[in-house]
Amino acid sequence: MSEVNTSNHASSDDRPKALVITAPGINCDGELALAFEAAGAAPESVLLADLIERPAIVDRFSLIGLPGGFSYGDDGGAGRVLAQLIRRGLYPALAAAIERGVPMIAPCNGFQIAVQAGLLPGPAEGESWPVEPAVPTVALAPNELGRFHDVWTGVEIPESTRCIWTAGLGAVPSEAMVLPSAHGEGRFVAPDEMMAALESEGRVALRYTEADHFNGSRGRVAGICDASGLVFGLMPHPERYTRWSQHPTWTRLEASVRRGDTPGLAMFRNAVRHATAVVR
Amino acid sequence: MTIANAASPTMTTTVHRIEIHRRPEFGDPAADALRREFEGLPPGLLPRSVDCAAVYLIEGAFSDRELSMIAEELLADPVTQSPVIGAAAAGADEVVIEVHPLPGVMDPAAASIATAIHAMLGESEGSAITVRTGRRYTFGGIDAEAGGDLATRLLANPVVHAIHTGPYHPASFPVGHQQPFEVRDVPLCELDDAGLERLSRDAHLFLSLDEMRAIQSHYQGLGREPREIELETLAQTWSEHCVHKTLKATIEYREPADESGFSIRDTAGHRPGHSVDDAGRVRIENLLKSTVAAATHQLMADGLDDWCLSVFVDNAGIVGFDDDTAVCMKVETHNHPSAIEPYGGAATGIGGCIRDIMGTGLAAKPIAATDVFCVGTDAPAEIPTGCLHPHRILGEVVAGVRDYGNRMGIPTIDGGVWFDDRYIGNPLVYVGCVGVMPRDLISGDARPGDRIIAMGGRTGRDGIHGATFSSAELTDTHADEFSHAVQIGNAITEKVTLDAVLAARDHPDGCLFSSITDCGAGGFSSAVGEMGEKIGAEVRLDRAPLKYDGLSPVEVWISEAQERMVLAVPAENVDAIAAICDSHDVEWCDLGEFGTPDRELVLRWGDVEVGRIAMEFMHDGVPMPLREAVWDPEWAAREAGGDDVGVERSGVIGDVAGVFDLTATLLGHPNLASKAWIVRQYDHEVQGGSVVKPFVGPNAGPGDAAVIRPVPDRPRGLAIGHGLATGLARDPYVMGLAAIDECVRNMVCVGADPDRIAILDNFCWPGCDDPRNLGSLVRAAEACLDGGLAYRTPFVSGKDSLNNQFTTEDGRTIRIPPTLLISGMGIVSEERFATTMDAKRPGSRLLAIGATTNRLGGSHYLRVGGDPAAGVDELPVVDLELGPRIARIVHDAIRQGLVRSAHDASEGGLLPAAIEMAFAGGLGLELDLDAVPVDGASVSALARAFAEDPSRYLLEVEEADLPAVEALLADVPHGVVGSFVTAGPEGGEISISASELGSGRETAFRLEEAWKRGCDR
Repeated sequence: MSEVNTSNHASSDDRPKALVITAPGINCDGELALAFEAAGAAPESVLLADLIERPAIVDRFSLIGLPGGFSYGDDGGAGRVLAQLIRRGLYPALAAAIERGVPMIAPCNGFQIAVQAGLLPGPAEGESWPVEPAVPTVALAPNELGRFHDVWTGVEIPESTRCIWTAGLGAVPSEAMVLPSAHGEGRFVAPDEMMAALESEGRVALRYTEADHFNGSRGRVAGICDASGLVFGLMPHPERYTRWSQHPTWTRLEASVRRGDTPGLAMFRNAVRHATAVVR
Repeated sequence: MTIANAASPTMTTTVHRIEIHRRPEFGDPAADALRREFEGLPPGLLPRSVDCAAVYLIEGAFSDRELSMIAEELLADPVTQSPVIGAAAAGADEVVIEVHPLPGVMDPAAASIATAIHAMLGESEGSAITVRTGRRYTFGGIDAEAGGDLATRLLANPVVHAIHTGPYHPASFPVGHQQPFEVRDVPLCELDDAGLERLSRDAHLFLSLDEMRAIQSHYQGLGREPREIELETLAQTWSEHCVHKTLKATIEYREPADESGFSIRDTAGHRPGHSVDDAGRVRIENLLKSTVAAATHQLMADGLDDWCLSVFVDNAGIVGFDDDTAVCMKVETHNHPSAIEPYGGAATGIGGCIRDIMGTGLAAKPIAATDVFCVGTDAPAEIPTGCLHPHRILGEVVAGVRDYGNRMGIPTIDGGVWFDDRYIGNPLVYVGCVGVMPRDLISGDARPGDRIIAMGGRTGRDGIHGATFSSAELTDTHADEFSHAVQIGNAITEKVTLDAVLAARDHPDGCLFSSITDCGAGGFSSAVGEMGEKIGAEVRLDRAPLKYDGLSPVEVWISEAQERMVLAVPAENVDAIAAICDSHDVEWCDLGEFGTPDRELVLRWGDVEVGRIAMEFMHDGVPMPLREAVWDPEWAAREAGGDDVGVERSGVIGDVAGVFDLTATLLGHPNLASKAWIVRQYDHEVQGGSVVKPFVGPNAGPGDAAVIRPVPDRPRGLAIGHGLATGLARDPYVMGLAAIDECVRNMVCVGADPDRIAILDNFCWPGCDDPRNLGSLVRAAEACLDGGLAYRTPFVSGKDSLNNQFTTEDGRTIRIPPTLLISGMGIVSEERFATTMDAKRPGSRLLAIGATTNRLGGSHYLRVGGDPAAGVDELPVVDLELGPRIARIVHDAIRQGLVRSAHDASEGGLLPAAIEMAFAGGLGLELDLDAVPVDGASVSALARAFAEDPSRYLLEVEEADLPAVEALLADVPHGVVGSFVTAGPEGGEISISASELGSGRETAFRLEEAWKRGCDR
């Protein structure tokens, strides 16, 4: 009963299974599960406590989502407590899944957790995942504004990115290429060397546009990925942009722009396609 | 306020102290934000430098290695922060000020940090680790006294915080102590009236003499004295807050024989429950039932019964959404706590309203929150002793709603702020919550034999007497007397409780409980009392999990500690509920059983009976005396006021340039200006249901209402909006109609079907023991009857707060203006009908619907100093035939796809509203004031621009669609007042012409900036 199946389909269907990790204070698991489902996966929400008790549960999944929210109230710092629990109890299972080729997305609080749990930026190219979670090397500091801020912003996909989630989204018209952000601690900071490495290795997966660079992130970084391009951490919420009527000015958007998948949904489709083709 | 001295950092103790500082290279936005708050401080308090740090006090037995692990790997981020074990030394000219929660005050971070330490050290949760958190500020260039003063002004509230000069490092934490408990009888049977009144006041019962007498005769009949716990239970259950004694009372209402405006006496004939005696006095049996509720019941009898699923009986009103789902809404006020501790008051306000939704039917899922605040201006004439500065109150109230709503993952999507200095002692904090539920789970009843299961937070001494306190009048000493009624919430406890409740509701074997309600005002006493009203209950108070030892049975029973729900659970389902609670980290306990042979409430501590009350006396024993109400128009006019301090009357405006200046002033008035600094601190996208957001258009203009999808995969919307017309308080009848009209307009403008709008009433009034205040309340209630019927908008829920006045040190009384908030939820049948107010296309025409008059009474135009000669000082009154008709025509036009954008013309008038449409859409506008449809021979150009007549809409319509829309409008007053035009490289341009004033141009940018800066922070 600890595994609440958010999918309407029988779990025996052939859709790739998506693990949505929940915990006290996580509150974007609903929309994340719906986004996976809309993209053709079979989502399942599982409490972190159950995963730590039985890490083998992770092996049953070919997609992983670490949702946003205020895990443990963000006490001691955004994502701090949950990251600690993952470092101590779930890191090996998650690292193994990534090495197995499982795409993982970590929006907002998920991103804050991932960088502190040793899941991002991850090992350098060619290196395998360390047995012990790495000491954090990048961070998400309080917004320059000094408070929580909710806004849709323009975003860009760096041409060089190796992120499998944002691949091919560079061509989307700019008025559609927007994402909602809602956070108090989203200012990406990294030491010079790490910053240079992320840029040169194509591990910057998402940037705020020059005009909408609201939180003061270094290099306008909105999201990064690991060397494999599978693990995608970002402050915005693509899972809140899976239908056109979520777009902030959809009532005036030309029908020609509103056609097909929203960029948010397209990211999840990329991952589901990858999971179907690649994951062992 | 406690001023403690620094304990020596070298002192060895089991309480370890760790400071977390930010590395300078990555900046400290918190300190920067604090510096912005320093604006306006006296020079003596202005620090040269500021450094902020987090302080953790951790009690436990750790090795040095473990301690540095906790500091370096858990509490400090290795990239941006650095830890100090003990206390960092302060410079020679620096002072350290620390703010720590007082003992017993909720410290939400404590539990989660302890959890992480346990995980990190691999210890069992059992081993004792206690964490307390605080904040350290190191100020340069000021002394300790100035630092303490600074802290009291900006950083701490003595009601919940201790301010320390120097690093605070206690040897140990204070703990509660077991108390020998006694069952205390309260001698009451022999008291005379004076004695009864004294007892009521001294014991903070806030019961009237009549009520004390009723209790006295009841116990005389029983032949014994009441026990303390019984008296407290009656005080809670009979409080204004819980039984709405005033609104349900029988009222005798008088109005002047020559009442020129609306007369209740002359219309009493067709008002249910109303009768007029020979002397012309109107007798109203149960005001609420005869007005607000009567409207709903007449509408249900007239076809809305299959839509209104549950009204006035549950924690929230429920209406149908589609075939298998229902939506519900509740709006609460949390005024008194917010006056004393705004952050905690507002947070626990929204927390309590969310629990109302969780406790509606067999649990609804909260999907949206709303908040409307009424506060003093930033520059009040005076700040009486015992009042906080309105600027600080608003800032902290917003932070409270932000931190609770965001943590709960509930989008705050609609709200507003009204500024008026008469709210200085009684800020109003309206918080609302909307929920969705399966249609077959809209009701439940506790059954005899069901277990009484409490879930969620622990019970503490906090929040005692909240219900009686909220029914009292504030005085300058309340902050000290009632600090225990004020609380800090813990949203995460409520979030996990919500997760567990929904898991129990949606259990594969079906809903595991037969009834659920929240612990709000009155705590267990109200929750169990209500659930067991019909069957009785036997409660084991000693079983409630406590925050600390030493609570007496009475305290456990009436504590309003937050984040608690009470469920009636069939015995066979208790194990399943327990399993769900355990997996969600939710504490629960079995408090006893519902159902007693004689329908009694029996309270036990262990095997000892500590109280026994008949449910019948508890719920039906409260005397409902006759209340006197007088309508005194002159007095009401004197009370209405509403001018801002230091406003000078503008001279005669003779040209369009003057019109633009006044428009800029109006758009910049805090009531109209953008509340972006508030709205954007709320996550209004969480849950992914957003369809129409608070701000719309490329330049983020002011949307009229919000629309969400209650069921994510169904393209059907729910509009959430409100109406508030406090400017018209001079006649609360006129004000009430206007609030309903504005609420409907806001909903219709975003695409809601006017035949499917349900509304809620929230009365906040000054002391209604004064017949003149009660008289004005009666008129507002009659407006709810007439307005609800005319618009066919059933009231499904409501709330009242009827003692909002403040007595100053020198004995003056500051009364709030009568304030009626109308909140609404409306069905948007298909998402594609959702409409926004931002102008879409150059070349499309601007159509004004509804007549403008020269009635300027209560307008913002007059409030900002507009020339009164431009019109007459009368209140605009809603036309109850035309208003509803216009709403339906506008909706038809929207459904037929004839409307590109829609906006209601309300605060500030038609011109500011039209300009908002233009800059929201990044367009220019050419507007001809002569074309504004008017009612009355001569309506001045200024009145056409700034009058605030109700029932007016502005629609953007394609030229080609005009004939179709005008055909729908037929005889309804309307006119094409202008066109939207392409913006140039410098943005849009607004040009206005009026035969009286000539013509002129202004950049849309200047007016947009006025709107964006007017109330920004």
